[in-house]
Amino acid sequence: MAKKVQAKNPVGKVMVVGAGIAGVQAALDLANAGFYVHLVEKKSAIGGVMAQLDKTFPTNDCSMCIISPKLVECGRHLNIEISTLSEVTGISGEPGNFKVTVEQEPRFIDPAKCTGCGACTEACPVGVPNEFNIGLNEAQAIYRLYPQAIPATFAIKKYDRAPCVRACPANLTAQGYVQLIKAKKYPEALALIMDRLPLPGTIGRICPHPCETDCRRQEMDEPIAICNLKRFVADQVDWKALPVPEVEKQAGAVAIVGAGPSGLSCAYHLALKGYKAVIFEAAPEAGGWLRYGIPEYRLPRKVLQQEVDYLKRLGVEFRFKTPIGPGLTVNDLLTRDGFRAVFLGVGCQDSIRLPVPGADAQGVLWGVEYLKEASSTGANPVKGKRTLVIGGGNVAMDVARTARRQGASQVTLICLESREEMPASPWEVEEAEHEGVEIVTRWGVKQIIAAGGKVTGIEMKAVERVFDEQGRFSPTYFENQTTTRDTDVVIMSIGQKANLQFLTPADGVELTPRGLIKSDPETLATSREGVFAGGDVVSGPYIAIAAVAAGREAALSVDRHLNGQDLKADREAPLRPIPKEEGHWSEIQKDAEKLPRALMPHTPVEEWIKSFKEINLGYSEEEAVAEAARCINCGVCSECLQCVVACQAGAVMHDQGPRKTELNVGALVLAPGFQAYDPTKYSAYHYANYPGVVTSMEFERILSASGPFAGHLIRPSDHLEPKKIAWLQCVGSRDLHHCDNSYCSSVCCMYAIKQAVIAKEHSKEPLDTAIFFMDMRTHGKEFEKYYWRGEEEHGIRFIRSRVHTIDPVPGSDDVHIRYLTENGELKTENFNLVVLSVGLESSPDALNLAKTLGVEVRPETRFAETSPFTPLSTNKEGIYVCGVFQSPKDIPQSVMEASAAAADAGELLAAARGKDMKVQILPPEKDVSGLEPRVGVFVCNCGINIGGVIDVPSLTDYARTLPHVVFADENLFTCSADTQGKILQAIEENNLNRVLVASCSPRTHAPMFMETIREVGLNPYLFEMANIRDQDSWVHMHEPEKALEKAKDLVRGVVARLVNLEPLHKMEFPVTKAALVIGGGVAGMESARSIANMGFKAYLVEKTDKLGGNAWNLVVSSRGYDYRGYLEELIADVKNNPNIEIMFNSAVTETSGFVGNYRSTVTTPQGKRELEHGVTVMATGGQALSPEEYLYGQDPNIFTALEVDKLIAEKDARIAKANQAVFIQCVGSREPERPYCSRLCCTHSVESAIELKKLNPDLDVFILYRDLRTYGERELLYKEAREMGVMFIRFDLEGKPKVEKTADGGLQVTVTDPILGMPVVLKPDLLTLASAVLPNPIEDLGELFKLPRNAEGFFNEAHAKLRPVDFPTDGIFLAGLAHYPKPIDESIAQAKAAAGRAATFLALEKVSVGGVVASVEPDKCAVCLTCVRTCPFNVPVIDYQIDAAYIDPAKCQGCGVCVSECPAKAITMKHYTDIQIIAQETALAAG
Amino acid sequence: MRLQYPPEIKIIMIPCTGRVDILHLLKAFEGGADAVFVAGCLEGECHYLMGNIRARKRVNKLKKDFTEIGMEPERLEMFNLSSSEGPRFAAIAKEMSERAFKLGPSPIKHEARAAWLAEHPEVKEAS
Repeated sequence: MAKKVQAKNPVGKVMVVGAGIAGVQAALDLANAGFYVHLVEKKSAIGGVMAQLDKTFPTNDCSMCIISPKLVECGRHLNIEISTLSEVTGISGEPGNFKVTVEQEPRFIDPAKCTGCGACTEACPVGVPNEFNIGLNEAQAIYRLYPQAIPATFAIKKYDRAPCVRACPANLTAQGYVQLIKAKKYPEALALIMDRLPLPGTIGRICPHPCETDCRRQEMDEPIAICNLKRFVADQVDWKALPVPEVEKQAGAVAIVGAGPSGLSCAYHLALKGYKAVIFEAAPEAGGWLRYGIPEYRLPRKVLQQEVDYLKRLGVEFRFKTPIGPGLTVNDLLTRDGFRAVFLGVGCQDSIRLPVPGADAQGVLWGVEYLKEASSTGANPVKGKRTLVIGGGNVAMDVARTARRQGASQVTLICLESREEMPASPWEVEEAEHEGVEIVTRWGVKQIIAAGGKVTGIEMKAVERVFDEQGRFSPTYFENQTTTRDTDVVIMSIGQKANLQFLTPADGVELTPRGLIKSDPETLATSREGVFAGGDVVSGPYIAIAAVAAGREAALSVDRHLNGQDLKADREAPLRPIPKEEGHWSEIQKDAEKLPRALMPHTPVEEWIKSFKEINLGYSEEEAVAEAARCINCGVCSECLQCVVACQAGAVMHDQGPRKTELNVGALVLAPGFQAYDPTKYSAYHYANYPGVVTSMEFERILSASGPFAGHLIRPSDHLEPKKIAWLQCVGSRDLHHCDNSYCSSVCCMYAIKQAVIAKEHSKEPLDTAIFFMDMRTHGKEFEKYYWRGEEEHGIRFIRSRVHTIDPVPGSDDVHIRYLTENGELKTENFNLVVLSVGLESSPDALNLAKTLGVEVRPETRFAETSPFTPLSTNKEGIYVCGVFQSPKDIPQSVMEASAAAADAGELLAAARGKDMKVQILPPEKDVSGLEPRVGVFVCNCGINIGGVIDVPSLTDYARTLPHVVFADENLFTCSADTQGKILQAIEENNLNRVLVASCSPRTHAPMFMETIREVGLNPYLFEMANIRDQDSWVHMHEPEKALEKAKDLVRGVVARLVNLEPLHKMEFPVTKAALVIGGGVAGMESARSIANMGFKAYLVEKTDKLGGNAWNLVVSSRGYDYRGYLEELIADVKNNPNIEIMFNSAVTETSGFVGNYRSTVTTPQGKRELEHGVTVMATGGQALSPEEYLYGQDPNIFTALEVDKLIAEKDARIAKANQAVFIQCVGSREPERPYCSRLCCTHSVESAIELKKLNPDLDVFILYRDLRTYGERELLYKEAREMGVMFIRFDLEGKPKVEKTADGGLQVTVTDPILGMPVVLKPDLLTLASAVLPNPIEDLGELFKLPRNAEGFFNEAHAKLRPVDFPTDGIFLAGLAHYPKPIDESIAQAKAAAGRAATFLALEKVSVGGVVASVEPDKCAVCLTCVRTCPFNVPVIDYQIDAAYIDPAKCQGCGVCVSECPAKAITMKHYTDIQIIAQETALAAG
Repeated sequence: MRLQYPPEIKIIMIPCTGRVDILHLLKAFEGGADAVFVAGCLEGECHYLMGNIRARKRVNKLKKDFTEIGMEPERLEMFNLSSSEGPRFAAIAKEMSERAFKLGPSPIKHEARAAWLAEHPEVKEAS
């Protein structure tokens, strides 16, 4: 075992990784003990899984209600720095001085500006599965994990940009505008498109839409019709009314050559930047190829024209019929005409001429020219003629279809490619065929046959292949395979090329070998400074949207050029597609409903060739919205930027990037938690397929009032209210068939019972609940009683069976369960809902974290490797672990370990305590004495908890009418951090001097609000709460009107009290930095040692003459752990520790004082010792029950568990000789007189059985048990024992085994095997009774210290869930068996936890006491001694100097008994004066 | 547990029932309450040891006084229960509310009492 070390010159900071309840508790304990804490969390908010739970067992407390104050405290703590969306990615250094690398994902929201108002979420059109609600409903891409989340700042979820955006050459925000269409925000959608594209209606009609080619929706059914949607949006607006943005004019005119898509785009973006853009165009009208190449049936001219007109409105100047060339060269523009830059976007306007014989014959036309003529002059060379179109591209299609419209008698299209290879869009080919175009594939032109100079036909040769191995265009032919066709006209449409004759040498613009303009691929700059070029003239013929993109890119370059900036520096590169497997995009729900893509409505096919009228009619609104809704939001955030508009605070930062920081810390506490097992893989339970099957995590959210169904118990698939629910246990636990989780998850039995209990409470109709389980493992404190109540009071059916298969019930979402009862009977039953009780497992993130830090995990379970003696220490010194990542466990155990891990870190860094702390400086307190009360009332909706019942606006209005109330407002969650801010603001703005919060319980929330008002200088006692939730909306939920009236009464009463309240001030006392630890067993010693190692004094009081307690009996461990060695070392360590003073044979006999200042008397053999101590730890231990049944004490071969351990340790000869050994479990436990599980006995017996088998492999070992409770990783021992041949026979409480002595003096045990249904007779040579664990007698100590105990005599902690080592009295803690039966590792953890909690007080220099205490007015005191006699704490004394009673405010407990007894009314109870109480009650009663 | 109980019940928080003064009880009636009950910890489990015992004494004394002045002593009661006994609290609340309705407005509220008596001729004034 590693020796405890204290780091030299350590750093006083600790990193806690994981901010679930364990991480939060560890952070709070460390920060309160003098360390600065970096709390690192992967999610966007802290709270972990506990925040998602509905209720907690066994108290049925609302999980959120009890965790929320802790989260708020954590969020507000001066010495806790929370880093959300963060991961640890590296570590260096040494214990005491680590350097940890933390990488933080961008939140995209400025936390300093975000008010948490949620307006952004309302504006966000992107719905994605709600992570917090396990996907049961949707959340927005801009989100807060849950309403009470800490930090309250929203966050944006962004994956990689969507494939559609990346595929678009112009990177149009396709996902964004599709989302906006879904939300029917058409102007917004258009604005988003026009951020990059000035021609939405045009491109929306003619684009071959590479975006759709990459759309991932097609993995489910068909791609989203992005292009059609773009057209839809463009068609929704009145372009004449489209507003023109106001832009600041920039100096400098830019000449643009060519009014095609690139030129228009360049001019547009320059105009938006404020430049004067002048377009020189040879043609009479704008559009270039869009106008003169694309036929009108695809793109009506008015669509293009309205977009061009808009450009004109933006200030773009067009000079038509103004070709560039001699007299007006590029050089002239720059040097003569005053243009400061030129963009060349002249396109590829000439047809490529095919050099075939006969091409010069009359009747041979060229595609580009043919289309241009047809559209500008209406020339018709084909009417009535047989026409052959050569080419397989989109232009060829346009040519062929135009020819059909011009009345060609027959149109045949001949191309080299096969149908699949044709470059034309398939729909174009299809439509051409609809129009009667004959398509002939895989033929090339050999020659054109002419007669008399006129075409008569062509000769064609068969194509061998079109593309070479590299996919390059390189056709080869079967020269001998030819055919001919007669024709009147041949239109060659095999490609286009640039015509650059207008350029002169003086222009200085270099060309490429292919005859295109050479321009920089990134900046589009040509060889001539100030001249840029883009579009087809640079790229060769390509799609219009690429030209648009080039125009924009050129505009950006021109802007830089004109501003004298570098063209390349920090230039954002366009996004390009990434391979599917590399992209991080939202998951595709393969099993989701198939939704067909909306078909584009069109005019009747037979009408098509009759005119050039547009064929496609565009979507109706209904079609468009439905189509848009099909989008699966690959990138989650669509970057539609609606949040930017919605955020009044200007907090949205879409361009935020990741951040990497290196933090210097002395130690790390790992609390990464767990992930719930994903039962999708568990095929037999059909979680993925049957809608009636949900996981327990989903069920938590279904039950939760803040969940997707507001707490209505319904089946998610069809919202049916279930009448029968089944729970199937051990899904993903105790199972190596369906998963790799052989361990028990430890919590599922209890949570299933809890869910069944709560479900029954939620259900309007009587609800039938059945839990199918293998062993019911209710091993925690008060769990067994909860189980019994579940069965007896709530009528939950517990069915001992592992269900193997389930089937759907046809015609419903119900589920049919077939199961075998214990005795082999086959039964069937239908349920409306089946809940899979999924287990806990380490998440990949947690395992990565461990790997990064070099922390070992157990290969069998993937939880952190620890030893039972140092349960929080990993293999890496200075790195501690707590919570489920240590081993599966429940919340109290996790909280305990968190405090324990804090203690471990505190020991290592003892020398640095306080070194790196921040100290809060509060503003001076405002003096409100003599001021008129000004009350502010804050009414809480508590989500729907209050607002769902009480009419909160009415209540708020009412509050305004009350005397002295000068401000009243309502909030969704008054406890949320943003509302705290609002309260502070309201105090300042309205000069409030009293604050009332009408919400929930002051018990949980008042301290937080009191701190809040102190921040602005208000005395915290000028605050009061009206509990309109627990005492009103929750308990009168069916009488909303009466509840409202009562809420008014409650508020009125509290206001009356509040106006009478006075500021109170606490007194500060120095803290005695010493602990009194009672009990010298392992728990006491570990606590004392930890406290001593942290640098404080510890007095260890032991009633016997020996340290060690029960641990001396522990000798057997199948894992080879050396209990004895550990114990001896611990004792030596404790004895030698200079900070520890041990008192043997001693007992505490008197105690008084308060936290930080206790004074106790210890009666030792040497006499009485008065000790001063700041805290006390109760580690009084427990003992084994001496059995009174099963013939114990009447036969030498009957042992208790500890006795048989001794035999094993001594390798007693009886073991080797024995043939049979039997263990009987639950001896004295889980009986009506002792209704609790002793927790450790099942594991203990299993371990002992394994040892017996090792010593004597021939020995038959039987363990007779009721439920085998080898919880957590202890399950592996059970498995091992079974594999070794240990036999397990179950029995019930009603059928306990019978132990008899046989005639031959042997032992006989009879037990009925429930599987066989027959009695089994055993004849053990060794019979071990696993007897119950009892607390040591602690009545006296309990009464002395006034500590509560439960019915079984164990000490009761302050809160079963979140304060497992505290007592209600500050400064007193508990550990070990005095709390509840537990194995040694848990005792050690709890002992350390007690030390960790103690340190939060011992680290303080001062404690504040007083406040709500009694005080005597000496003038009124008659010295009657009533108070002296009445006070249960003997506080009042008579001060004879003033002849009056005196009450020490530090000692006064604040009960008020003396106040009410004092006949002279000379005593006042601060904060509960007669005036205050009477004012409240009379106001209250007046209702 | 959110157990439902009658909305007429309004709770006022005090640090310990030991703080409950006879004056407070009287003022509650004077203010308009028709019934008042003091809910304290179980006897022997008072956090302040004896507060609930003291309170019971005061309640019992006042009940006696009530009898003497002709007010129904059932209007005032002391109960002991623990924080985990939600169902019992709800039952007590129901019981006290029923008592208040059965007894009608307290005699301190003369007008309300008279009106109520007029509506309930079957009830005879005790004095």
